[in-house]
Amino acid sequence: MEKYKKISKDIRKKILELSYASKSSHIGSSLSIVDILLVLYDNFIYKKNIFILSKGHACLALYCVLNKFGYINTKTLDSFGKNNSKLMLHASHKVPGVVFSSGSLGHGIPLATGVALAQKINKTNNKIYVLISDGELNEGTTWESLLFASFHKLDNLIIIIDYNKIQSIDYSKNILKLEPLSRKFISFGCDVTKIDGHNFFNIYNSLKKLINKTNKKPKIVIANTIKGKGIKFMENKIIWHYKSPNFEELTRAKKMIK
Amino acid sequence: MRNIFIEELIKATTKKKNIILLVNDLGFGVVDNFRKKFPKNFFNAGIAEQSMIGYAAGLAYSGKHVFVYSINNFVTFRCLEQLRNDVDYHKLPVTIVAVGSGLDYGALGYSHHGLQDYALIRTLPNFLIASPGDTQEARSCIRYLINNPQPSYLRLSKDSKYKIHKSIPRIYPGKWIKVLDNNIELQKQKNIFLTTGSVIEYAKSHILKKISKFSLYSLPLWGMKYKKYQYNFLKKYKSVTVIEDHFQDGGVSSWLSESITNSNCKTRIFSASISAKIVGKVGNYKFLMKYLKKVIK
Repeated sequence: MEKYKKISKDIRKKILELSYASKSSHIGSSLSIVDILLVLYDNFIYKKNIFILSKGHACLALYCVLNKFGYINTKTLDSFGKNNSKLMLHASHKVPGVVFSSGSLGHGIPLATGVALAQKINKTNNKIYVLISDGELNEGTTWESLLFASFHKLDNLIIIIDYNKIQSIDYSKNILKLEPLSRKFISFGCDVTKIDGHNFFNIYNSLKKLINKTNKKPKIVIANTIKGKGIKFMENKIIWHYKSPNFEELTRAKKMIK
Repeated sequence: MRNIFIEELIKATTKKKNIILLVNDLGFGVVDNFRKKFPKNFFNAGIAEQSMIGYAAGLAYSGKHVFVYSINNFVTFRCLEQLRNDVDYHKLPVTIVAVGSGLDYGALGYSHHGLQDYALIRTLPNFLIASPGDTQEARSCIRYLINNPQPSYLRLSKDSKYKIHKSIPRIYPGKWIKVLDNNIELQKQKNIFLTTGSVIEYAKSHILKKISKFSLYSLPLWGMKYKKYQYNFLKKYKSVTVIEDHFQDGGVSSWLSESITNSNCKTRIFSASISAKIVGKVGNYKFLMKYLKKVIK
């Protein structure tokens, strides 16, 4: 797990640099999922297991992780947000390693549910991972899909919620009543696990335990995370959903990672 | 037509095991035979159309050819973004089967009137629209879609048993098929009628009341990709009168007009389409078709 500490720092630096260069939004959303993606791609996305990033606005984190694991080269990664780049500012299926494009919220779980159902029909052991934002818990399609996945016993579907508690223009608790989250999912017939989304051991061990469970229930992983994680002045601040760092902020942020 | 769809789908599924039929808790008395014969190929998504299209795209990504059966507006307006982002953008083999074209569900009110579906689907770059005129064209269209899996929209009449073609016609996307040409003189052959979809039955009887001899063509397969070929058909005629059970806005007559915008084509296009005055009106098909704007005086 020690190796992840260094790699996650490298990735966070790259996210800062590319966010600065492209003047793009959503740096906070990207920083909150780095650690989950790192453990996921290093241990669980192999063979025909599939990962879908439903919160497509955090694609910068995904692209940096795909670069680390050899799906895309650094030259491609550095084209992020530039004219005619494959790497637009939302996840794109034109990029190697990305299965579905996203950008509009609430699409990832239905897509993942369809893929998971197909795996059940074909009797494969492939696992389908989908990472959603807590804001996507506002979407009707999330709950509709859970009803369907639960009814069809899709225990090959693993839904990870990036529970950073900040949505777009406000804190989640000021928008809609999401809590009690676990009890909601349990009542929908799901298997629920809570993790610290920045603790590599916890992420790995929880996912490892989950994939061996055959309790015929879709799996929900509520990952408690911090929006803007790793850069103190960005953590838990709504503005970093939109703002990209200026040169001074970039320099200050990179120093914090060392 | 909807029974022909199920009949053809059953035939195809005996050979192609990757066919999946998905419904949003609709199709009572129609989908039952398929469900009995292929219980593992049939899924009821519940009344959740947006998610249903997501499941369809996920299944299609995994190698299935998915047919989503529902009523016109529920599989267009209700889930348009899923059709756009998940199906069309990823070019996945999902066929939307929309029953109740135009005013088929006349008495059920505006919620069930299918008058704007062409407008929505024809803005999706990869979607093929299949709008059969009679039962023979319906068989051609269904077979074409089964053999050419792609993002597609099959618009079916609820009850039409109309048969205007003697045999099952050969169809091709964007191609007009000759339906009637009553040995008329060359001059009249230059002023023709064109329809898409099951409105052809009404169109024929409506024209016959005014003119005894005329040329009538049908366009069963079309979509954005095939607009550029329409110039070649249009240029042969002096005028083309398009009859459609759809608003003019975004309909097939608008589509044809757009196809010759910026060209030197001199053909005049007339549109006989449903007036927006119909909004809020209910009644049977015959009553509501009074709202078709008449172009033959």
